[in-house]
Amino acid sequence: MTEIANQPAEPQVAITTPIESAARPTHRPKRTYNPVTSVIKHVVLIAASLLMIYPLLWMLVSSFRPTDEIFRDTGLIPANATLDNYTYGWTALDQPFGFYLLNSAIVVVGCILGNVVSCSLAAYAFARLKFTGRTIMFAIMLLTIMIPYHVVLVPQYILFQNFGWVNTFLPLIVPKMLATDSFFVFLMVQFIRGLPKELDEAARIDGCGHFSTFLRIILPLMVPAIATTTIFTFIWMWNDFLSSLIYLIDPKMYTVPLALRAFLDSTGQSNWGAMFAMSVVSLIPVFLAFLFGQRFLIRGIATTGIK
Amino acid sequence: VSALNELRQLKGAKQEATDNKAAYLFLLPWLIGLVVITIGPMIASLYLSFTDYSLLAPPEWIGIKNYQRMMSDPRLLNSVRVTLTYVLVSTPLQLGLALLIAVVLNRGMKGLPFYRSVFYLPSLMGSSVAIALLWRQIFGTDGLVNQVLRGLGWSNPPGWIADPSTALYTIILLHVWTFGSPMIIFLAGLRQIPDMYYEAASVDGASKWTQFWHITMPLLSPIIFFNLVLQIIGAFQSFTQAFIVSGGNGGPSDSTMFYTLYLYQRGFANLEMGYAAAMAWLLVLIVAAFTFVNFLLSKYWVFYDD
Repeated sequence: MTEIANQPAEPQVAITTPIESAARPTHRPKRTYNPVTSVIKHVVLIAASLLMIYPLLWMLVSSFRPTDEIFRDTGLIPANATLDNYTYGWTALDQPFGFYLLNSAIVVVGCILGNVVSCSLAAYAFARLKFTGRTIMFAIMLLTIMIPYHVVLVPQYILFQNFGWVNTFLPLIVPKMLATDSFFVFLMVQFIRGLPKELDEAARIDGCGHFSTFLRIILPLMVPAIATTTIFTFIWMWNDFLSSLIYLIDPKMYTVPLALRAFLDSTGQSNWGAMFAMSVVSLIPVFLAFLFGQRFLIRGIATTGIK
Repeated sequence: VSALNELRQLKGAKQEATDNKAAYLFLLPWLIGLVVITIGPMIASLYLSFTDYSLLAPPEWIGIKNYQRMMSDPRLLNSVRVTLTYVLVSTPLQLGLALLIAVVLNRGMKGLPFYRSVFYLPSLMGSSVAIALLWRQIFGTDGLVNQVLRGLGWSNPPGWIADPSTALYTIILLHVWTFGSPMIIFLAGLRQIPDMYYEAASVDGASKWTQFWHITMPLLSPIIFFNLVLQIIGAFQSFTQAFIVSGGNGGPSDSTMFYTLYLYQRGFANLEMGYAAAMAWLLVLIVAAFTFVNFLLSKYWVFYDD
């Protein structure tokens, strides 16, 4: 490809600490810009941004419109703004929509607690402890990131059915308590490796065992990695559809995605206004997580390279 | 930076003094999960793939019949074709767009945080049911897109989702729309490239285009490769969008019948658990084959600089 690329490629890459590098401010020397190309660039980027978020903005505005208007008005200014869609949508299913929000919240909180505790324990062992079988176990941990979920879907269902866990939140939460989301283990391992080892050694000299070193030294310093894990778990589980679809059959156990799907089935194409309104309600928590957690999200994906 | 590089490095690692007892205690939840939630079910799934099992009666060993049946199941073969189209069209488009925008944004751009946020937001929402519902409206026969097209004078535009020849492409577009997360990874990678390379190239009179192909691409190639591998694996597992956009049946005329959707229907609607397990293993083989080919091809274009 180039002179650079033609050098023999060594199958080795230095362990960088991407968290530091991703967060490192860039001190680039100022370049001279052609103001015309700069303006063109911004115009194109702004047009692209608008195109990207137009569907979201339009859904938000349309949720305040009567349904027949949704199918006529392509603009962003509502002619007859109304809250009817929200009041109707909130009570259109068996339970008020808040009920499904609460179900989703229970699942999400359980999964966050599970992931944070189990993944940080495993990450500490991989990052700081020497033990027999470490290399192979670490390799297995990394490989499990790449295994398609569907290959365990059927046997897991049979297993959880035998436990009597169908129509409970346990099939969604318990796997997280067992650190099956390997990418969070990997993310935390990367983070712990970036912390100075002298801290552990000082704690050891002061008489701390591994557990108190972990609890008192490492865990408090891991807050950014825990925040990233929390926000990603929150968004993924809030949006989770497939596992909920399989395990939560009883409408009383529906999470928000299942409630929205029930909306589609029950009102069909007839009440888009109410469906949009509840869709907006379901996206508000995701948007808030994005708004307040963006820093951690961006750091997290820059570190592990996982969406 | 990546899990793949970690795997490379494990070759030749050495062990020193050990802390077995403490380590296994810390790893206990993960180990239980690995055995009970991942490896155990994988083995069980392999066994079930050689059985006829409907949950109601015990599994019955039928040898390779499930696999034979798959090879002559036209709906399955169609779902493979649909899924391959989806993966092979949407992944390059998504990554290409992510790279393009990242390169445009990178070079000391004003307003970077704003653009980055706007481009990133859709990738957080893209997998939700709410957005899939929105897509149903937007690309419906009388939806937003067709309203706009009619306004522009196209009196009879296709009913994108209702039309078997276009339905899949609306879902592909939805996937491309979520290019924000690979974009963030590329932006982080671009930051690692020392400025002096570009300065030296400028002094030598290299154009921006030459700089991109001879500096940016080689140095970013490990990150592009890593994204390619993971995005392909992820795309093969897409489910929610096809399910909601098609109303759960993969229609019209199976044109959005993703492999995972067909697997779900066989396993959980028809309770053909043995067949579904065999399908799951075929998926693993397909994904593994793609990953393997990716690794083979990588030595021709991926450049490791140290």
